[in-house]
Amino acid sequence: MPVEIAAPKIEVRASTAPPPQTDAKAKVAVSDLNFFYGRTQALHNISIAIPERIVMAFIGPSGCGKSTFLRTLNRMNDVIPGTRVGGQVMIDDHDIYAPGTDVVELRRRVGMVFQKSNPFPKSIFDNVAYGLRINRLTSSSSELAGRVEQALKDAALWNEVKDRLKTSALSLSGGQQQRLCIARALAIRPEVLLMDEPASALDPIATSKIEELIFDLKKQYTIVIVTHNMQQAARVSDTTAFFLLGKLIEVNSTEKMFTAPNEKLTEDYITGRFG
Amino acid sequence: MDTHRHLDDELSSLRDRVLLLGGEAEQALERAMYALSERDSEVAQDVLEHDDQVDHLEVEIDRQCIDIIALRQPAARDLRFVISVAKMAPVLERIADHAVNIARAAIDLNNEPELNSVLDLNSMAEHALKMLRAALDAFTSSDAISAREIIKSDSRINDLYNHTFHRLIELMVTEPATATRDARLLFVAKHLERIGDYVTDICELTVYMAEAAFIKHT
Repeated sequence: MPVEIAAPKIEVRASTAPPPQTDAKAKVAVSDLNFFYGRTQALHNISIAIPERIVMAFIGPSGCGKSTFLRTLNRMNDVIPGTRVGGQVMIDDHDIYAPGTDVVELRRRVGMVFQKSNPFPKSIFDNVAYGLRINRLTSSSSELAGRVEQALKDAALWNEVKDRLKTSALSLSGGQQQRLCIARALAIRPEVLLMDEPASALDPIATSKIEELIFDLKKQYTIVIVTHNMQQAARVSDTTAFFLLGKLIEVNSTEKMFTAPNEKLTEDYITGRFG
Repeated sequence: MDTHRHLDDELSSLRDRVLLLGGEAEQALERAMYALSERDSEVAQDVLEHDDQVDHLEVEIDRQCIDIIALRQPAARDLRFVISVAKMAPVLERIADHAVNIARAAIDLNNEPELNSVLDLNSMAEHALKMLRAALDAFTSSDAISAREIIKSDSRINDLYNHTFHRLIELMVTEPATATRDARLLFVAKHLERIGDYVTDICELTVYMAEAAFIKHT
């Protein structure tokens, strides 16, 4: 659904500061990305490099474009009519907007977890096995069972569900359902995991489990998380990017961002003195 | 409820309290030195009795910092401010403690004949007070440039201390009868020298607060 971005009331200037130096290779490299919902420009000249195997958090007020930008990283916006994108999004050395890109394969490599858990009305096992089956990623039922078990273990859910894999996923608690969705995303072994406010509907205990999980998963995956909860961004991410009115204002190490950001706009947002 | 204004109010109240503590430390030092130079033991006794209020204020500031961190979760400049205040309050309390020790020395010395030796203790105290006032001003206005200048000026106190130290040792040798009093004055000089170091700590915290730069031990 198109999102109207309010006309700027304050001058927003993208940061001229260089992104933080890191030895890690850039898994995702975005250059001059512009995005439009019809005639409304939602993203303006976004350039950012996301290093491999880190957690990057996107923060910013509602309507700033952070979720829109997240969805450009696996072309989830393609399903919205009337959208246009310009610029380049490279994952490894491949431009994902190049003609001929296999979007299904792209979304296998770049998995996504949404704000609201969305398990299929199927068993726990079948939820995790779903992507493996439709992509024909396993050759035997024992391999399938092994991949499902591993995904549930990686999502820190195995011990809670191993004795009831055939029961409905809808019988799980909200936090368990969200971890099931993470397991479903992990089962097909993506390289990048996009998370759009994955814990915003969960209680503090379930949130804590998701955050611990994110911390563990970064050993294997590049994770990008959109969150409205700044303490969560501070807790789970290595790098934070601040968006405002469709522009990327600052990218910095999370430690620097929350103690001494470079940009005044970032400082004003982080200290709650915005607008 | 406007939570941001609430936070601003709390930070403002914290700033007022730390300045009040700074004022108490400044006054304690000023009065202790007056008690010493004017041989007024009543004033020295006042300094001793007033110290409980200083301690109480430090504890209040500690509690307020913990409350703000736990309940408001400040970030960026607000976080740096609260952390700086939390570290500054004990430093100011220690300055007041040194003033108390000077007041105790004054009470002891006032019971004995006055020494006629020319010493730089008043100059040291004046410089320490000047540094402390300037440091509190720099903190209030988040002025890292002034804070750095104040740090440099600590060498003046160190020079005066070294001069006083040698002069008092000389006196102990040449006039052994004054040795006990010389020793007490040596402690006073050391207290003043330490106050200069504590003011330096305050200025380092101001630089951190203003610029997020760690200049301690650099």
